[in-house]
Amino acid sequence: MSATALTDLGKPSGYWADSWARLKRKRAAMMSLGVIIFFIAVSLLSLWFTPHNPNAQTITHINLPPRIPGLGWLGFDGVSTIAGVTQDRYAAAGVPADVNYWLGTDGLGRDLLSRLLVGIRVSLSIAGLATVLDLSVGIIYGLVSGLNKQRVDTVLQRFIEVLAGIPTLVVLVLLLTVLSPGLFTIAVAMVITGWIPMARLVRAQALRFRDQEFIVAAQALGASRTWLALRHVLPNSMGVIVVQTMFSIPSAIFFEAFLSFIGLGLRPPMASLGTLLNEGFQTFTFLPFQMLAPMVALSVLMVAFNLLADGLRDAFDPKGVGRI
Amino acid sequence: MGLAKYALRRVVFMVVTMWVIITATFFLMHLLPGSPYVNLQKLTPEQLEILNTRYGLNRPILEQYLLYFANLLTGDLGTSFQFKNQPVTTLLAGRVGASVQLGVQALLVGTSAGIVVGVIAAVKRHTPVDSGATIVAVLGRSVPSFILAALLQLVVAVNLRLLPIAGWRDFSSTILPTLALAMAPLADSARFVRTEMVEVLESDYAELARANGLSTQQIAWRHGVRNSVIPLITLLGPMTVNLLTGSLVVENIFAVPGIGEQFVKSVLNNDYPTIMAVTILYSGLFLLVTFAVDVLYSIIDPRIRLSGGGRR
Repeated sequence: MSATALTDLGKPSGYWADSWARLKRKRAAMMSLGVIIFFIAVSLLSLWFTPHNPNAQTITHINLPPRIPGLGWLGFDGVSTIAGVTQDRYAAAGVPADVNYWLGTDGLGRDLLSRLLVGIRVSLSIAGLATVLDLSVGIIYGLVSGLNKQRVDTVLQRFIEVLAGIPTLVVLVLLLTVLSPGLFTIAVAMVITGWIPMARLVRAQALRFRDQEFIVAAQALGASRTWLALRHVLPNSMGVIVVQTMFSIPSAIFFEAFLSFIGLGLRPPMASLGTLLNEGFQTFTFLPFQMLAPMVALSVLMVAFNLLADGLRDAFDPKGVGRI
Repeated sequence: MGLAKYALRRVVFMVVTMWVIITATFFLMHLLPGSPYVNLQKLTPEQLEILNTRYGLNRPILEQYLLYFANLLTGDLGTSFQFKNQPVTTLLAGRVGASVQLGVQALLVGTSAGIVVGVIAAVKRHTPVDSGATIVAVLGRSVPSFILAALLQLVVAVNLRLLPIAGWRDFSSTILPTLALAMAPLADSARFVRTEMVEVLESDYAELARANGLSTQQIAWRHGVRNSVIPLITLLGPMTVNLLTGSLVVENIFAVPGIGEQFVKSVLNNDYPTIMAVTILYSGLFLLVTFAVDVLYSIIDPRIRLSGGGRR
C-alpha cells in the first residue's frame, strides 16, 4: 500500500504510478536517475558538439595537465610536476591563453574531455545494445519455455543449464579473439550468456501465472498461447523485467571496460571508457590525470546504475517475488 | 529427489557442459586469424611443413580434435606456441600457485571483513554506521577491481611507497592485489549478511533471547552469525567467477606470475594451446565450485533439492 493511494482516494492508483511513487521516495535512486540522465544527455550531445575534435592530434600539445579557467585554485591550472620539475606546461608548450583542455591531453595531443564524452557514448551504446538483445532473447525464450508443453520446456531448460555452466569471461575472450572487436561484436558476445537470467525470470513468471484464474479464463474463451503470453504474462511481469534489465546494464558497461582494458575490446583510435582506461594506464604512475577522469566516470556510472537498480527493485517488487 | 540422484544429475550436466566448452573452444581456436608462428614470412615451405607436422597442424581437423581430446584425458594439453618446447601443463602448473594464493587470500579477507561489516551494520541499523557500511558495499560492488588495483598502486605504492609496486616476491607484494580483489566479495557478503542478520534480529527467538537479558550485540554474535553465514556459501559461486575475471587484469597490473597474466599474454600472441587450456581450466573450476556449493547447500537445506536447482 503506498502513501499516494491513501491520500489520493479519488483516483485509482495503478501499478506503475504506485511503483513510481515508491521510487520517488528513494533519494539515492532518484539522484542516480539524475546522474544517468545527465550522462546520457552529455554523451548524446557529443554527437554534435565536443570542446575539441576528439581525434585531432596536436603534436605540440601532448600530455598537458588539466586547465579550467577560473578553477585554477582547485589544481586545474595546467601546472604539473614531473621528475621533480614543476612548471606551467601550457606556457612551456606555447599553448595560446584561450585554449584550455579541461581534462588535459593524451600522449598524442588529443583532448581528453572530448574523448571522454565520446567514450561514454560508445560504452553506453554497447551496454544499451547488449541489454536490448538480452531482453528480447530472454523474454521470448522464457515465454516459449514457460507456456509450452512439459517436454519442450524440459529440453529448453536443459539447454540453458548447459549454457549457464560456461563462464561469461570464457565466452567473451574466445569470441573476441576470433571475431574482430567492434561495437556490435562486443554486444553480441555479451548476449551469448547474458540473456539467461532474463529467460529464467520470465519463465518463472509464466509458470507462476499459467494456472491462475485469469489465464485459465482466457484459455476457456479460446485465447491462443501467443495472446496469453503477450496480453497477460508479459504485462504482469514488466516490473521484474525492468529490474533485471537495470542490473544487466552495469554488468555490460563493466565487461566492455574490462575487455578493452586487457586489449580484447575496441581498438584505438576508437574511444570507449575501456580504451581510455587502457591508454591512461600506460602512463598512470607519472601522468595520473589521464586515467583518473575515465576512472571516475566509469565508477560514477556503475554506482548510479547499481543504486537505481536497487531502488527499482524495492519499488517494483517490494515483496521480493522476482529476486534470484 | 534424493541427494545421490541430485548429485548424479548435476555431474552428468557438468560433463556435458565441459564437452561443449572443449569442443567449442577447439573449433573457435581454429577459426582464429593470424598464424602461431612469429616469423611466418621468413619460413621456407619445408620449414613450415616440419613445424606443422611437429604440432600436428597439417592433419584433418577432426583428427586433430580427437587427438586433442585423447591427450586431454591423459593431462596432456599440448605444447605452447609461445615458449619453445614448453608443454602447456608445465607452463600453467608453475603459475597456478600464485593465482590460487591470491584468490584464496582475497576470498578469506573479503568474506571475513564482509561478515563483520554486515553484522555491525545490522546491529546498528538505521544509524550513520549502517549508512557507512552501505556506502562501502555499493562502492565495492560497483567499482571494478582493476580500477581499485590501479588506484592502490598509485597511492600506496608509488606516492606513499609503503608497499612494492608490482612483482611477486614476499608476502608484502601480495597485499595490494589481494585488497583490490577482496573488495567485491567484501561488499557482496556484507550486504548479504546484513539482510540475513536483520531478519534474525527481528525473529521471535531473538526476542526471547532479548527477554532473557542478552544485548543485541550478544544475540547477533551468538545466534545470528551462524544463521546468516551458512547461506553465504551460495554466494561462493558468483564470487569465484568474479575473482577469476578480476584476476586477469589485477595480475597484469601487479605483474603477478599467475594464470590470468599468462592468459592475457597468450591471447595477444595467438598461443592457441594455452588459451584452450586456461579456458578449460577456468570452466572446470567454475563448474566444480558451483557443483560443490549446490550439493553442500542441499545437504544443509534439503528444500533446495526438491526444487531441483540452486538458490541463485
